[in-house]
Amino acid sequence: MARKVFVSVIVRYNEAGRARPLKIFWEDGRAFEVDRVLDVRPAPALKAGGRGMRYTCRIANRDMYLFEDENRWFVEAR
Amino acid sequence: MRTILHSDLNAFYASVECLYRPEIRDKPVAVCGDPQARHGIVLTKNEHAKRYGVRTGEAVWQARQKCPGLVVVPPNGRNYQRFSRWVRDIYAEYTDRVEPFGLDEAWLDVTGQDGARLADELRRRIREEFGITASVGVADNKIFAKLGSDMKKPDATTVITRENFREKVWPLPVGDLLYVGPATRRKLTQRNLLTIGDVACCDVAVLRGALGKAGEMLHTFANGEDRSPVARIGEAEPVKSIGNSTTPPRDLRCDEDAKYMLTLLAESVGARLREQGFCCRVVQISVRDCELFTFERQARLEQDTDLTQEIAACALALFRRNYRWERPVRSVGVRVTELSDRRNGEQVSLFDAPKREAQRSLEKAVDGLRARFGEQCVQRGMLLCDPTLTGAKSEETYVHRALGWVWR
Repeated sequence: MARKVFVSVIVRYNEAGRARPLKIFWEDGRAFEVDRVLDVRPAPALKAGGRGMRYTCRIANRDMYLFEDENRWFVEAR
Repeated sequence: MRTILHSDLNAFYASVECLYRPEIRDKPVAVCGDPQARHGIVLTKNEHAKRYGVRTGEAVWQARQKCPGLVVVPPNGRNYQRFSRWVRDIYAEYTDRVEPFGLDEAWLDVTGQDGARLADELRRRIREEFGITASVGVADNKIFAKLGSDMKKPDATTVITRENFREKVWPLPVGDLLYVGPATRRKLTQRNLLTIGDVACCDVAVLRGALGKAGEMLHTFANGEDRSPVARIGEAEPVKSIGNSTTPPRDLRCDEDAKYMLTLLAESVGARLREQGFCCRVVQISVRDCELFTFERQARLEQDTDLTQEIAACALALFRRNYRWERPVRSVGVRVTELSDRRNGEQVSLFDAPKREAQRSLEKAVDGLRARFGEQCVQRGMLLCDPTLTGAKSEETYVHRALGWVWR
């Protein structure tokens, strides 16, 4: 079962109020740039539990889900 | 002809809990009140628990007997309200006529659109965006739409048409019909009216004789001829009554205990009345003893009031007149009805007007203090006497649906 890990994120909001996550800080202190956001939609986090706005992010050539629920960001970690 | 959907979120509380806790998703789960606070009943259960025969409303220990592996989780009301709001936002994308019925149900008037296709789309979106499921009924009236949403679960669409309602709706037990509770069902059963079809085909005069106006209403319901509209978003029904009830941490054993609880409840009811600018004419109490025997009594006041003091006095007098303490009391409620707008002027009684004005200023001042500094900032001395009852806080009961026109 996946763990729900809350992460700290640097986000840029554009003029329309839309969020674009730029950088994610892992719990161990490592930081990753978000190279691209491929998709944004409301969705459940079926593996770790919960739901939110789901950002499909490309980070270091891997695609992963980043969720935002009431301004808290989380990922599903193994 | 109208197209009306009734959408029902399946096992709503339990589904939300399972969504947040994947580790319990495949186990029997029941969302239950706190047994320590004596609220230990099943509020909702998931499909797995249903298979063990766990029923909504039964005590936690009963449910555990049927299903030893039952995972019992406490309710998280705030989260359910969030989900409810989000789902309503989806509904609102399709129509401005959305009438919620509790947190987990709503009617939608989507006249002019393809009802079945829309129902499927709503189900898909609720599943994909929220990870929970809904059952949707499609019909040309609210009653059949609601029955439809109950027929196939979970995550299914049921269409009831002018052509098929006789075979789909009529064989259902009459208790499935909206507003048919145990008492009405008993009266219908006595007349051998067991199914919705029996009621539909019964002579209206017979139904009127048995149930009065409500009988005519049920006849209309059973034939799919209900024309009541789906309310527009934000179009709140006029408030018919204001009430609070509570189950304190221990049973009430004497008049002093009763006075304590009724005063506490009257304070809350009075504050809500004043906040909304209403006066009431009728005070109602409900009493449930420790054997769960329940009764209600009401009394009419001499003049309209919004004063805690007068509501509390009336409630207590009602209680004293009607309860003989054969058994301790488990829970009590205070409700006021026949509301009128205070600003429309009130009939003043010449003699005690100045005294009442003074009392109103006092209670208004207390309302103001509590709004600014918190509920606990001003208390009646009486309420400090018994710490074993103070754990109780008055809980919001749902405002009753507008049935005034039927049961008047």
